[in-house]
Amino acid sequence: MTNPTPVVEALDLHAGYLPGINILNGCSLVANQGELIGIIGPNGAGKSTLLKAIFGQVNIREGAVKLNGEDITNLKANKLVEKGVAFVPQTNNVFPSLTIEENLEMGVFQTPKRFQERFDFVTSIFPDLGTRRAQKAGSLSGGERQMVAMGRALMVDPSVLLLDEPSAGLSPVRQDEAFLRVREVNHAGVTVIMVEQNARRCLQICDRAYVLDQGKDAHTGTGRELLNDPKMVELYLGNLAEL
Amino acid sequence: MANEIAIGAAAPGCKKVDPILIADGVVRQFGGLTAVNVEHVEIPRGKITALIGPNGAGKTTFFNLLTGFDKPNSGTWTFDGKDLAGVAPFKVARRGMIRTFQLTKALSLLTVIDNMRLGAQKQVGEGFFASFVRPLWKAQEQQITANADSLLKRFKLDAKREDYAGSLSGGQRKLLEMARALMGEPKLVMLDEPMAGVNPALTQSLLEHIKDLKSNGTTVLFVEHDMHMVRHISDWVIVMAEGKIVAEGPPAEVMKDQAVIDAYLGAHADTDLGTVEIKSIKAGN
Repeated sequence: MTNPTPVVEALDLHAGYLPGINILNGCSLVANQGELIGIIGPNGAGKSTLLKAIFGQVNIREGAVKLNGEDITNLKANKLVEKGVAFVPQTNNVFPSLTIEENLEMGVFQTPKRFQERFDFVTSIFPDLGTRRAQKAGSLSGGERQMVAMGRALMVDPSVLLLDEPSAGLSPVRQDEAFLRVREVNHAGVTVIMVEQNARRCLQICDRAYVLDQGKDAHTGTGRELLNDPKMVELYLGNLAEL
Repeated sequence: MANEIAIGAAAPGCKKVDPILIADGVVRQFGGLTAVNVEHVEIPRGKITALIGPNGAGKTTFFNLLTGFDKPNSGTWTFDGKDLAGVAPFKVARRGMIRTFQLTKALSLLTVIDNMRLGAQKQVGEGFFASFVRPLWKAQEQQITANADSLLKRFKLDAKREDYAGSLSGGQRKLLEMARALMGEPKLVMLDEPMAGVNPALTQSLLEHIKDLKSNGTTVLFVEHDMHMVRHISDWVIVMAEGKIVAEGPPAEVMKDQAVIDAYLGAHADTDLGTVEIKSIKAGN
């Protein structure tokens, strides 16, 4: 890609939940048009908080977030959805008492006329959601809920998709499918920023990745570079796969 | 390996040399859906057993039934030779069978260390009258706190000791959940996806801890989707699909089973996903 256009820019973010305690301490990230960005790092490094800060779910105390050059710092989530940003949280990401179809409908509640068109798109990626549309989300297993949550996010026809651990709780075959679906969505032109603990898989599919540590972006590089960096293996990836 | 654990050949529902948990005819239906239908299963004592299977196979429901968090339509099971069907969850825990949850259940308005202390069993100070007489429980509480601190260190939560559990990240809550279960010094610890959301490097160090548990005589039964972990630490693997036990055996053999590969592990298990062909879809209009 020549001359990459930045879509999402997080600049030197300081943010946290409790007064006086920052989870992010000067964290920066840039996602260019059409890129698949991975975020990995130890537990409590601030990965989810970074996503939430971009999506206006946590108060940013210093720094700025830009979307296509426009300042969106601390903008409310509904405004961000209108601007084409979608977010899939780590947990509690479906409405359990609603059916799969109703959950997906919630994704387009601001533009209900587009339901059918988007529903067709989402079920082309997740055919199971179409065949089981009348089932209550609360009766689904953890992994199936993840599918519904990602499907709901895609209903808004996002230009930027923020994913918090899309593979958590999925069986290996479903995890691989989820990662391939993420690649497909990205291939279709959506800029994706994805937090993952399955760091190896994440680095295999992403264009670039950021390693967070203690609220800062400690390393960055292409997925391949990080995957083969011995220091990364020691600190973050582990070598269980080779044992 | 199979001979050390199972009697005869490894097969679904096969008898074990020294089972700690035996379940028979456990059925749980949700409306028309049979979530669990386990004819017979035995969990070997003092070993690490992995329970794997596709999403929605009934693994967590089976955990819920065994630990009294849900009631089966029918079925019996014994733990350490004693009947356990219909026993309330807290009594199950007192008997030495302690579980963790896939979706964590930390007490978010207590500090991390208080969450840990709660996990300890047989605390003298829990009695109404005893609670007023500090000398009765002071020494025990110190011991419990020392145990808790050493576990927190192991789980890399020591820096969070005084923080509210509610302020922990998703992965850290997972770690707290597991550490708290170990405070109860269980005979059988049941871990529901303990490593989902935990950083790989930390996972690796925790696996050593799980192996230590085994060498201290604790039986471990865990649900996990991280196949590297399963391969690395488990002595025995039980595969569930559509509520039934469909395969059992040592990890290396189970993972070679074509049915398990097709339904669970997938064709890409050992390939780089960045190189796999994907279909092109159009992102709407």
